Amino acid sequence: MAVARFPVEGGHIMMFARAIGDPNPAYHGALTGTPAVAPPTFVWAAEHFDPDSAVRPRPDVPWMGSGSSDTGVPDSVAQGGLHAEQRYDFHRPVREGDILSAVSRTGRTWTKQGRRGGLLTFTQTITEYRDQHGELVVTAVMLGVETEKSVGAP
Amino acid sequence: MTGVRPGDTRELVVVKDLTRSQIVQYAGASGDFNPVHTDERFATRVAGHPSVFAHGMLTMGLAGRILTDWFGVEALRMYDAQFRRPVYPGATLTVLARVESVDPDGTAGLSLVVRDEAGNTVMTGNAVVGTD
Repeated sequence: MAVARFPVEGGHIMMFARAIGDPNPAYHGALTGTPAVAPPTFVWAAEHFDPDSAVRPRPDVPWMGSGSSDTGVPDSVAQGGLHAEQRYDFHRPVREGDILSAVSRTGRTWTKQGRRGGLLTFTQTITEYRDQHGELVVTAVMLGVETEKSVGAP
Repeated sequence: MTGVRPGDTRELVVVKDLTRSQIVQYAGASGDFNPVHTDERFATRVAGHPSVFAHGMLTMGLAGRILTDWFGVEALRMYDAQFRRPVYPGATLTVLARVESVDPDGTAGLSLVVRDEAGNTVMTGNAVVGTD
């Protein structure tokens, strides 16, 4: 993922907080005019600001989900992986008004024999979220796993 | 928050009877529209799952509330999660957080376990929080 501009907006923080069922007033500043703080996992929503996100339906691009048929991308099963682990190191809290960018790189990769047979391939993706001053705000490490017969993705 | 000690625990039910609509709500808020989470037809017929299931990141987000309720929304220094089992609609998730260490630099280390209504561990995790 490469995201050039991820503006952290109060309304977006509120919607994200609602989705994780968290009524903490610090996340709902949009209702009172108070600048909000973002929940810890909020940077996951940087996906919205990736123009080429593969997990968002886009006009005129075949989508793996169902429409008139079960999938618009018959080989989409092969595209997925599973989300095994996630880690965030917070250099400071993310706040409304931050304009973040995100740059990802591939970390370690290793394989392991799965319990039900088949080789599992683990791959780390390291993402650095920086603010508009270039300061590091959050470092994320995602661990994905792909099976030989990969199914979907969480 | 000062005064936590190793062995201190808190427990919190972070979702009761998880709905498909809440999973859709998370997809919308996060931008992660992978249809295995929101599209029953795709999830079952194409991807071969028993049903749609929650994003791991929804579980991690739900569970994080125990940390921010306890220590405040600006205290978190590190938070990690290991996704152990899929979380399906209907799940009721309970988080148990335990202080494992209190360190001289003013931080505390915690462990987290998230269990479903059947007692299955669906997520484990760790956190470091500032306690000043």
